[in-house]
Amino acid sequence: MKKYIVLGLLAVLGYYLMSIFLLVDFGLPHFAHGVKDVYLSSSKNILKVSNAVTAIVVNFRGFDTLGEVTVLFLSATAMSGILYKKRHDIGERSILFPASSIIRSGAKMLFPSITLLGIYVFIHGHLSPGGGFQGGTIIATGFLLMLLTYQNYSVSHNRLVWVESVAGMLFVIIGLAGYFMKGSFLENVLPVGELNDLFSGGVIGIIYVLVGFKVAAELIGIIYTILHEKG
Amino acid sequence: MEKYLDILEIAIYGSAVALILIGLYGALTKKSLIKIVLGLSIMDSGIHLMMIALGYLKGGTAPIFSKGFENSADQMVDPIPQALVLTAIVIGFGVTAVALSLVIRLYRHHDTLRIDEIKNLKW
Amino acid sequence: MIFLITVLLILLLMVGAAIYAIVQKDLLFAVIASGVISLILSILFLILQAPDVALTEAAIGVALTTIIFIITIRNTVRYEDERNKKKKQKNVKKLAK
Repeated sequence: MKKYIVLGLLAVLGYYLMSIFLLVDFGLPHFAHGVKDVYLSSSKNILKVSNAVTAIVVNFRGFDTLGEVTVLFLSATAMSGILYKKRHDIGERSILFPASSIIRSGAKMLFPSITLLGIYVFIHGHLSPGGGFQGGTIIATGFLLMLLTYQNYSVSHNRLVWVESVAGMLFVIIGLAGYFMKGSFLENVLPVGELNDLFSGGVIGIIYVLVGFKVAAELIGIIYTILHEKG
Repeated sequence: MEKYLDILEIAIYGSAVALILIGLYGALTKKSLIKIVLGLSIMDSGIHLMMIALGYLKGGTAPIFSKGFENSADQMVDPIPQALVLTAIVIGFGVTAVALSLVIRLYRHHDTLRIDEIKNLKW
Repeated sequence: MIFLITVLLILLLMVGAAIYAIVQKDLLFAVIASGVISLILSILFLILQAPDVALTEAAIGVALTTIIFIITIRNTVRYEDERNKKKKQKNVKKLAK
């Protein structure tokens, strides 16, 4: 009985969602001179950043990004608070059985190249697809591989906290520098350079590198917390 | 050519709406807590697909001014939904992680994951 | 034309994986199916000209979310109706020794 009520409700919801979205033409420009054109032209001409998505995430909506990394930090903190145990109850091992020797040597070989790929992705965030969030996640994936392969692989929690808080503080300091020198938070204070150059875009590249470190530290913290949980 | 776009429009919007509805169905009717969190995460994916599809432009290129594409701003797809979805995916992961740690905590306390056995929470 | 057929097939596979993830009683299979949804979604983002979002979805949706669900299943129960719960826990304890 309950299932049929839910299905009827979903049918009504689906009908209205579809009829609304079919009004928006797929693949056709909706606005002749919308905010998209402003963002694209100022990303290319004023900021000299090739990747417009990076320009929006870090500069035009930079305050939003600061809030986002804060939310991620809060979720990592909340997880370790929820899964809190007394010190002697914490499991020493992340996995129950050691992996086979093929997987172990393969993981040892892959780990540096995964980390290198992550660093490449967040350094070139303003030139090519990628950026701080993607690069940080790729680095966290490399640590996840090591944690799943070796029984006693441990990450220093102190070091993670240091990386994370120093990156967050530098982010806010760069934002405040923009406020005091140019008049608004996260305004560009460095010379912008040329389009498609590694040193272009002023503070955008620096901020995305900082976001990469911060996101990597937070995600490694989340994985480490939940992996050392014994039910 | 018109018909081509129409088929693609119905297919992509339809599958995005289908993902949202399937996730909502799972979250509303399933009894296992892990299934409920899984339904919410499927719903999230549907909304991301919907937002990216709203910014698509027929024959458009990615919003990146790489070499040779410096003057093609008119043909670029909309970068704003992409930036929003980029944020939403990372936040969605944080939300899922907190929800799953709550699930583990509930299991440790009640020794079951069936939501109707914990307390008559579900109708 | 081939492009259209490919996109339609991919979409069909994605919706099928979503239905499978909700219907399946074994939570481990359901979680793997949700990983398949994320994988296909990242291909779709690439087709829709959003490479940044495709990279994020491939890293977070496929790797991290799936792993976090699997660790939760390891710490709790594997089946939705919780049959064989006692037996499974005994097995894990025996193997861990």
